[in-house]
Order: sequence, then C-alpha cells, then structure tokens
Amino acid sequence: MTVPETVKEDTPSIVVRDLVKRYGKVLAVDGISFEIKKGSITALLGGNGAGKTTTISMLLGALKPTSGSIHVLGHDMEKNRYPALQRMNFSSPYVDLPGALTVRQCLRVYGKLYNVPDVENAIDKLAEDLDLSEFIDRKVGRLSAGQKTRVSVAKALVNKPEVLLLDEPTASLDPDTADRIRGYLDGFRRDYGMTFLMASHNMREVERLCDNVLMMKRGKIVDQGTPQQLITRYGRADMEEVFLDIARGTGRSSEQGDEAQGAVRAKDPDGEQAA
Amino acid sequence: MNGICNSWRRIYAILIRHIYILRGSVPRLLENIYWPTIQMVLWGFISRFFAYGQGGASMGEVAFGTLLGAVLLWDMLFRTQIGVTLSYLEEVWARNLGHLFVSPLRPYEWWAAMMLFSVMRALAGLLPAALMAIPFYGFSIFDLGLPLLFFFLNLMFMGWWLGFLIIGMLLKAGQGAEPLAWAFTFLLAPFCAVYYPVSMLPHWLQPVAYALPASHVFEGLRALVLHHHFDAHEMVVAFALNLLYMAISMGVLQAAFNSARKAGTLLQSDA
Repeated sequence: MTVPETVKEDTPSIVVRDLVKRYGKVLAVDGISFEIKKGSITALLGGNGAGKTTTISMLLGALKPTSGSIHVLGHDMEKNRYPALQRMNFSSPYVDLPGALTVRQCLRVYGKLYNVPDVENAIDKLAEDLDLSEFIDRKVGRLSAGQKTRVSVAKALVNKPEVLLLDEPTASLDPDTADRIRGYLDGFRRDYGMTFLMASHNMREVERLCDNVLMMKRGKIVDQGTPQQLITRYGRADMEEVFLDIARGTGRSSEQGDEAQGAVRAKDPDGEQAA
Repeated sequence: MNGICNSWRRIYAILIRHIYILRGSVPRLLENIYWPTIQMVLWGFISRFFAYGQGGASMGEVAFGTLLGAVLLWDMLFRTQIGVTLSYLEEVWARNLGHLFVSPLRPYEWWAAMMLFSVMRALAGLLPAALMAIPFYGFSIFDLGLPLLFFFLNLMFMGWWLGFLIIGMLLKAGQGAEPLAWAFTFLLAPFCAVYYPVSMLPHWLQPVAYALPASHVFEGLRALVLHHHFDAHEMVVAFALNLLYMAISMGVLQAAFNSARKAGTLLQSDA
C-alpha cells in the first residue's frame, strides 16, 4: 500500500521515548521523550553536563541507553541501527578526522563508507560549496581549526543525509564563514528536506536556524518551543538571556523550569511538542 | 548482491584509508621493513656462526633452514598481529573512532578490512627481507615449496586472532594498555617453539606449547627442513586451534565492544 505523501511528511524523523542513561550512580539522561519532525532544525541546548552529548551519542547508536527507545527514520536504534546510520551523518569539532589523510582522501573514505554513488563528483560539489578547493589536497592535520570544521561539515554532508546531528557546527569559524555555513545548512534543509538536530552554544545561530529548541538541564528536558515562544515566555530579548535564565535557575519561567516536560508543555500556548 | 557490493565498498574504503597513511609516511614504510630486515640480518649471522662453529656445510644448511626460515615465519605472525592492532590504534590516535562507529560500517566489515590490510602490510615488510636472504646467505624460503603456503596461512590466522584479542583488551583497558600491542605476541614466543623443538621445553610447559598453533607450524618447518617430511597432521591441528582461538577472540572483541558502547567510551578519544 502506498503511503500518502502527507502522512510521510508528518512522520517524525526522530522519536525518543522515556530515554534514560545511567553511569553507575550518575543519572546523565533522566527519562526524556521528544519527537523531531522531518525537515526541521531543532536545537538541543543546555549547560555543560546537561546531557546533550549523551543524548546525541545515544541517537547515533554509539552509546547504549539504560532504558527507553529511540527510533530514527523508523528504525529502532538498538535493534537495527545500520539502515538508519546509512541515511544519517554526524559532525563534531570534538571528534577528529584522520589528520594524516588529505581532505580529498578523507572525504573519499567517508563517501565509500556511506556508499555514495559518485564520490568524486560529490567531493567536487562540496569543495565548491564549502570553499574547500584551496586546501582539498592538504592533510587534514595541517588545517586551521576553522578549515577542519568546514571539512567536518563536508564529511557530514557527503551522503546527503536525511538526518544530520551536529555538535556546534560553526565552532572555531570566523563570523563570515560561520554565516555562510549556516546559509548552506539551511539551503540543504530546504533543498533535500533534511532533518537537523544540533547542539550549539551560539544562541544567535539557534535563533536564525532553528524551528524548535529543546532545553536540557540535569538530564531532563526542562523547556521546549520555538525560539520566539521561549523568548516571549521568559520575557527576554533573545535566546542568550533565555539560556542564562534556565541554566542559572533565574527568570520568569525558571520556577517551573526544572519540572519535567509534561508541565512545560501545559504552559506552551500552542500546546506543541518540540519540532 | 547489492548488499555484498555495498559491503565490499565499505571494506575498500577502510583499506584505502590505511593505504593512504602508509603511502604518505616514509617512517611508517621504513618501520614496516626495518624489523624483518634487521631480524633477518641478525639471525643470518647467528646462523652462519652456528654453521661454521658446529662443523660443516650441511649443518649450515640446517641452521639456515630452521633458524632463518623460522625468523621469517615468526615475523609473518608478528607483522599480521601488529597490522591488525595498528589499524585500530591509528583510529584511536587520529581520534577518528567516533566517526567510524556512527557510520554504516559493520564491525565484521571493519575486521575484514583490518585482516586484509594486515596481510598486505606483512607481505610488504617480509618480501624484501626474504628476497635479500637469497644473495646474502644463499637461502630462499621459497624453496620450501607448497608447505610454505600452509605455514604462512596458519601464522597469518594466528596473527589475526591475536590482533583481535589485543584490540578487545585495548577497548576494555583504554590507551594505557597500548604496549600490549607490541609485547603480547613476544610474550608467547618462548612457548611457540620458534627456534628450538618443543622437546627442549620442560615437560610441564610442553602442553602450553602444543596448545598454540604456532608451535605446530614450527615443528612442521623443522620436520620439512631436517627430515624432508611435510607433516600435514601438524597443519590440521594448527588450523583447528586457530579456528577455536579465532572464535574466542571474536567473542572477547564483541563483548569489549558492547561494554564500551555501554560505558560511552566509543566516542572518546582514548577508547
């Protein structure tokens, strides 16, 4: 039976239910649930130790949850993650690419790993779009931090993933390059209907790119909504102030902020779940 | 069919990833050739000493055949093991494991690529040494004929499972256990009867030697050189032992991988 296009569009790319990760006595992620719609850009925000990286690691299948479930593109990430991984990708400035390989060799290796049909063309296109041509035959280890970040983004886009997880995608980039990368990511979302989940500490980036925000604190999702909804709810001028309110436990909504997301949803005037 | 093609492409991706490193690094290339060559030179002269010190050319032939042949075969085992282990360590050192583990690369595909690369690496290191032995000492290991293939295959197999066992230990213990990569195989050397027969070991140690595939290979080498007799039984026993240990090492590696996935060390740089 053919699934109607409208149903396909509404199917969430990521569905997380009651996700828990415990390291001994430390509860890193405390029973979070959320859904991320296809083609949306969602920010996962929170201070250090909030549980963002742990959540992303579990979404990628690199970390086994203590309990709960994760479905990405309809695949259970515990039981059958490889078909989903084929259609996903990941970029982080904190996970390096092989420094002894040139940028082209590196992208070729990852292109093959993801079974990209015409790797060389894909590399040339990415090199052009992300301004890599100048150093495409230079070893990754010899690049500046900003150049490495661009290569990491290129690696993450090499298979035109349907779901892309980004950890601080514009870290170490100058404002001009960062802005162009944001524009490029936004274009990819529009052109290919990609779903993005990104952890970022750049609140202007979140305001510009993201449709939705998941705010994490001590392993829980303590608030969620569009950037504008959060700014309005907290009576602040921008997301940076909202972030500080939540992280420091101050501000208009912070009294309820530590409650589980069910309570937060009840306050949301639109009654929307994240993404 | 499509699945096999995709699988092969991923294996190929890992292969070229390591070939690029080796091709782009003269020290790595030299290091690969250095040890077999040095060992060959060193043991060649020891063999010569044995030959002329023990009286007569025939004894010399015996010494060259058993000692030089054993050195080259032992290095096949060690090069294969280190090839597997270094493939893993290269990813750790490059802090690249995180990208590999979240790609569609299946563990068995990664292992297959490591095995292929280790053989390529071992042959690239050993062939120059084996060829140099011909003009230096008039000794050609290729004169062993078809049995050489069985010796090589069994030692290669042992190198693989040792490599996987060591990766399992590294995954569990972290980067601090890196010296194991170089030391572990040499730890087994005295029990592998490389340069002397198993009968030279104390009685209580002989069962340990017979439990290792390599000792059967080296006993087979000596039988071939000294008595011109190829002992197929020794090869079958070595192969059976290799199968058993391969299954155990795969189990250890998978358990270590699962444990690292649970502990969250796969995305850390010192996994």
